[in-house]
Amino acid sequence: MEKWENNRAWFLILPVFVIVAFSAIVPLMTVVNYSVQDILGPGQRIFVGAEWFRDMLTNSRLHDALVKQLIFSGLVLLIEIPLGIGIALTMPAKGWTASACLVLLALPLLIPWNVIGTIWIIFTRPDIGLLGASINNLGLAFDHTANPFDAWVTVMLMEVWHWTPLVVLLAYAGLRSIPDAYYQAAKIDGASRWAVFRYIQLPKMRGVLTIAVLLRFMDSFLIYAEPFVLTGGGPGNATTFLSIYLVKLSTAMDLGPAAAFSIIYFLIVLLFCWLFYQALQAVGTGDKS
Amino acid sequence: MAKIELENIAHSYRPNPTSDEDYALKKVQTVWEDGGAYALLGSSGCGKTTMLNIISGLLTPSQGRVLFDGRDVTTLPPEKRNIAQVFQFPVLYDTMTVFDNLAFPLRNRKVEEGEVRSRVHEVADILDLTPYLSKRASGLAADAKQKISLGRGLVRKDVAAILFDEPLTVIDPHLKWQLRRKLKEIHQQFGLTLIYVTHDQTEAMTFADKIVIMYDGALLQIGSPDELFEAPAHTFVGYFIGSPGMNLLPCTLDGNRAVLDCGSIPLDPNVAARAGRGEFQIGIRPLYLELADAPRDGAVPGRVVSREFEGSSSIVTVESGCSKLKIRVPEGRAVPGDSCWVVFPPARTKLFRDRFLVK
Repeated sequence: MEKWENNRAWFLILPVFVIVAFSAIVPLMTVVNYSVQDILGPGQRIFVGAEWFRDMLTNSRLHDALVKQLIFSGLVLLIEIPLGIGIALTMPAKGWTASACLVLLALPLLIPWNVIGTIWIIFTRPDIGLLGASINNLGLAFDHTANPFDAWVTVMLMEVWHWTPLVVLLAYAGLRSIPDAYYQAAKIDGASRWAVFRYIQLPKMRGVLTIAVLLRFMDSFLIYAEPFVLTGGGPGNATTFLSIYLVKLSTAMDLGPAAAFSIIYFLIVLLFCWLFYQALQAVGTGDKS
Repeated sequence: MAKIELENIAHSYRPNPTSDEDYALKKVQTVWEDGGAYALLGSSGCGKTTMLNIISGLLTPSQGRVLFDGRDVTTLPPEKRNIAQVFQFPVLYDTMTVFDNLAFPLRNRKVEEGEVRSRVHEVADILDLTPYLSKRASGLAADAKQKISLGRGLVRKDVAAILFDEPLTVIDPHLKWQLRRKLKEIHQQFGLTLIYVTHDQTEAMTFADKIVIMYDGALLQIGSPDELFEAPAHTFVGYFIGSPGMNLLPCTLDGNRAVLDCGSIPLDPNVAARAGRGEFQIGIRPLYLELADAPRDGAVPGRVVSREFEGSSSIVTVESGCSKLKIRVPEGRAVPGDSCWVVFPPARTKLFRDRFLVK
């Protein structure tokens, strides 16, 4: 049979290309377009080059928000990943108790974000909230609307309560996929409980934990709903994370700087995800001398 | 080194076993001699793995006692018994190097590091793993991985027995042979007791001095490959060992003759005298049936249906009045055309009562 060669097969990806173009590429390019122009009004614009980027990179409020954001995401990972693994390890492997645990854990994931905000606003209110009032009655002053530290604690609690179950579910799935023979071999080799965790369970969970770390990092780095609903980024700027600052900028009609900021934001997320992925794939592989 | 005794071992995976059906292992009583190479042979689900796990301590039997050299170890956990086990799929600690994998059982037992190093190098040498010692275990081929699993058993000086649970399932055929030879070498060198579970009879025959046949949670027969072939204690053994297995035909007895649906054949008079009462079957290996082109005493008529060549011999299938018979005919021997007579030599024809051999 004669070989029949041309590039017409490329037409087959045209529909996908069109959809992706309208859903992702065109909006992204619009942002790129804004980031290099000063929009004065409809039809009135001036090309400004990299000016907005320079502006943003030297903006001290942005630095402030970025530092807060990094601390927040770092704490989220440090709390949620170990806590999630810990809970998954203590869950029953089978039977109705296993199903019950899974359903209970999945509940926070099913609640819409604005409902979660409302729940926590009421829960932590210093005057009538179950948590807020209880803490105040213990003699500790707690007011997340006035005290920056309390606001942080509250947002962190919300985040951990809301998203640790996702880490648990992923870790649990990873644990259940380990064949029994591994535990049996470890018993015969006389391994301690810690050694079983360190050399069997943790390495076997590498895949799901990579996903958990990436998801939790991205999500927490883009956090908006919780601080917005709770304090709107306050008190002061205490919980003004990157996305809250971004929305403040763009609603102030500073579209150019906001666009430049968006692109920087996007690149930061991309960079960190890449670093995490590389690190998690590299740890414990490769030869030793 | 140890002699392993199982005393009236029975095991059920159900909490309250009532009938025989509930037991995965039914009243097993046996002795594994020190330094023997045993193969545990049986079809899937017959209790082979259950028995192995009871010996290694991964399972505590519902009833009975396990003795190592006369010491009761029934309730001891695996790490307290000097036993190693190799599983069907290679079990490795992925993030460790081959060296650390081999050292793991020793380090867990707080063996001094100098001793660990010398033992690991010694074992790696025997298993040809030395070039890989500094490599991560996860990147190796299946046969190397299985050798590491075996090595983790061998490094421990006190190991008395190594249990294998179908260890060559995931190994390429041409490497299987090499690994099996390695196992034999190790057996001779260390004088360890080896118990090897498999459902492949060739593997069992080539590996073991003694083969243990299991069926439906019970031990049917323990013997050398030769004994199992010549005098199977149960029809299952007759059918399971040999390829094709024994020809088995239901019959009734009339004096010294077995009466089949399609004729009657003479039996060894000594055997016939001990027959007793029950349901009878005769069994004969395809190798011992003879083909004739004329009628004679002790032959049943039949018709040749097919012939499969197997190199030095071929398997002829004969449709007789009773059932299909398989006959192994040496290469070069003429096979009668369409109709023929099948001869049952009395010395080779075994009689089974209620499925057990009449001796």
